[in-house]
Amino acid sequence: MNIIYLLLALSVLVAIIFFIAFIVSVKKGQYDDVYTPSVRMLFDDELVKSKSKQSKTSKNEKSN
Amino acid sequence: MKSCFHCGEACKDDHLIFEEKDFCCNGCKTVFEILHESDLTYYYDLEERPGISPEHAEGKYDFLDNPEIAEKLLEFNENNTQIVSFLIPSMHCSSCIWVLENLGKLHSGVKSAQVDFPKKTARISFSSEKINLKSLVYLLSRIGYEPYISLKDYDEKDHRVNRSLIYKLGVAGFAFGNVMFLSFPEYFEVKEFWLEQFKYLFRWLMFAFSLPVVFYSGSDYFISAFKGLRAKILNIDVPIALGIAVLFIRSASEIILDLGSGFFDSLTGLVFFLLLGKFFQQKTYNYLSFERDYKSYFPMAVTRLNNKNSGEKIEEQVQVYAIKPGDRILIRNGELIPIDAVLIKGDAHIDYSFVTGEAEAVKKESGETLYAGGRQQGAILEIEAVKAIDQSYLTKLWGNDVFKKDKRSEFQTLINQISKRFTAAVLSIAFLATLFWLFYDPSKALNVFTAVLIIACPCAIALATPFTLGNLLRIFGRHKFYLKEAGVIEQMAKIDCLVFDKTGTITSNKKTEVYYEGLNLNAEEQELLSNSLRASGHPLSRQLYDILDKNNIDVPEEFEELTGHGISSGNRGNRMKIGSAAFVKDSTKNIRDKNNELISSGEGLPNNDKQPKQVENKTAVHISSNEEYKGRYVFKNAYREGLSELFSALGRDKKLYILSGDNAGEKERLQEMLPAETRYYFNQKPGHKLEFIKKLQQERKSVMMIGDGLNDAGALAQSDVGVAVSENINVFSPACDGILEASNLTRLAAYFKLSAKGMRIIKWSFVLSLCYNLIGLSFAVTGNLMPVIAAILMPLSSITIVAYTSIATNLAGRKIMKNRK
Repeated sequence: MNIIYLLLALSVLVAIIFFIAFIVSVKKGQYDDVYTPSVRMLFDDELVKSKSKQSKTSKNEKSN
Repeated sequence: MKSCFHCGEACKDDHLIFEEKDFCCNGCKTVFEILHESDLTYYYDLEERPGISPEHAEGKYDFLDNPEIAEKLLEFNENNTQIVSFLIPSMHCSSCIWVLENLGKLHSGVKSAQVDFPKKTARISFSSEKINLKSLVYLLSRIGYEPYISLKDYDEKDHRVNRSLIYKLGVAGFAFGNVMFLSFPEYFEVKEFWLEQFKYLFRWLMFAFSLPVVFYSGSDYFISAFKGLRAKILNIDVPIALGIAVLFIRSASEIILDLGSGFFDSLTGLVFFLLLGKFFQQKTYNYLSFERDYKSYFPMAVTRLNNKNSGEKIEEQVQVYAIKPGDRILIRNGELIPIDAVLIKGDAHIDYSFVTGEAEAVKKESGETLYAGGRQQGAILEIEAVKAIDQSYLTKLWGNDVFKKDKRSEFQTLINQISKRFTAAVLSIAFLATLFWLFYDPSKALNVFTAVLIIACPCAIALATPFTLGNLLRIFGRHKFYLKEAGVIEQMAKIDCLVFDKTGTITSNKKTEVYYEGLNLNAEEQELLSNSLRASGHPLSRQLYDILDKNNIDVPEEFEELTGHGISSGNRGNRMKIGSAAFVKDSTKNIRDKNNELISSGEGLPNNDKQPKQVENKTAVHISSNEEYKGRYVFKNAYREGLSELFSALGRDKKLYILSGDNAGEKERLQEMLPAETRYYFNQKPGHKLEFIKKLQQERKSVMMIGDGLNDAGALAQSDVGVAVSENINVFSPACDGILEASNLTRLAAYFKLSAKGMRIIKWSFVLSLCYNLIGLSFAVTGNLMPVIAAILMPLSSITIVAYTSIATNLAGRKIMKNRK
């Protein structure tokens, strides 16, 4: 049953690692702006397609 | 009607078509072209018509060439890499984020750009070899994202962000979770061999986890309780600090003396929930600043004329603080006068809307005094400074003590009133119970004493206010009323006097009523009038043109526009003059009335200039045809719709005042429209307004001031709740407790109703949490408080309160705000 000591130490260690990760992320400013990243992540791969999308836009325009 | 592909504005008849798309103006088309060339048209796919029409900014940012000024703006400057943060008020949608973050595609000098949307800032890092700060600002302006640079940016910036609450919350949450796990085995009290062996380890681990919670996360409560006691106030933090301290001491002594497992889970849970409440109440509108003073309005630099010894004049860009009395300054079209000065040269048409909320320009002649805060419209001016910047008429207002004191600290909040009685009650119960047990069974006396203090810890009471008010703050925000902090709602519920400013507050700057008085115009004259107006770019001409019948659109044969005076035009033998009274009437034979100049009374400014004795209080466009005076079109600010309903709704339980810097010309019209109890005060200068509010407060009234211009700034600061009304919340408004979008002014009564309802919800949640306290106390005084009971009761009461307040406020918000739509 002495394995409890190891398990306990491990669980506390894991908890502390996550806690430190949290502190570091706050310190880096990840919680200062919680809105923009949620929008930004939707952009990334769309940039390449911008050419093909252009024709679509003009079609939309006519229907308006 | 077609709308602009770029900005969505309705296109006029003479709109532009480019690449099969409609554009309302050249500016919008140019932005489209720029983005089109750089393959950035994805901008238009993200959102429909996301653009902003760019404004002309020629020469406006020349001061950024001055390295000293530029250095002040830069966050980082080394090895040809520079980083700058701009406030960009026009950013409003995901397209904006996208295009700004892809600024590098427009100019290779831009290395990266990061947008913080809630704060409306963009942090741009660029290579100073390829693009300088000035060109960067112009690049942004060209695509419609003009950064806002003001004097405030010149002062040392505080880049530190206060994140301590997040850290504290994180620590408490981390400890709470772990302590819960560790305390679980002992709840069941099974006399099991292994548990008996390990429980000491578990207990000391819990002790270790609770240390940072008590001494770091909970430190604010001890500090606040101590401060309160020193000021002889029993605030709500006193019983909380007492509870935390007793919890910790009793738990620690229990495990040291091996009496039990302690209350570490309740302790960490309590602190965690309390901090959660605090976090919830934190202000949420990062991009709105409620602490603005004149510095946010003023430019960073101006053009100074320097006389060289040789007699030639040179222009140089200098920092505003460096201006000394006697310096000659150039003010271009659209620039703000940063300093009280005397006009030396040029045609001055000063728009004091920053100061007064009145948009009509005031005409000044050389030798007259110009006050800081005015904006020149028209030709270039040469002025001579008479005072240093912090001593000018407008800026001196900020020297007043009202801007220094903290309003909230003097306010007796409901929770502090209750906590006074609550603390007294808890302490007396604790002592009585202890006294009883001392006679009955002395071994249990200390146990009971601490148990009472633990279970009576007003966690739920302390949560009721932040959750109710925090929720209401968000509901208000959803309905375009942005408050500085949650505490304002409580003060709103107490308001019994409402003071309104007139111009810009209960009248709309956007909408004007126009009516004609004078001789009728015949068809030919009307035609000439509308055709002449069509050719003119003056805002009044545009407004008037929009409402006139448009027949036989034609270009007049003769057309001449004199900036600041009017238009003279002619067609088919008819001659017409349109413009200011002086311009039109000077040429007509019958009337020569110098006094009837086109002057709108400069609200809030000292009237020491040679203003005509008989001031026309109306803005008008005068018309003469063939040297004969015909009449005038009078422009009036329209009152907001629903104003009389609002006033009668508010007038039921509150006193109403109208405090205006204008003259009494509108009094009769207001009296017709508003309830009879409303009092009117006219010709009030900024200082008067402040004193008026002070006088009301001395009569023990709670005053809300509702204003818009900087001339109300003193009154807004003095009042219990100062609300700035703004047509566009991104445009700057004076320091205040709340910013209300102008379109929602008429719903003010609903906001009041909701805040009163909020206070009732808080009172009910007090009753609820008292019930929990009574149950807990019954365990405590009988000496039966087990850790597991505390561990169940405390979170349960907190969760009940949070659930009740959230549901009740949302229901109330939906009901009250819906009725008024």
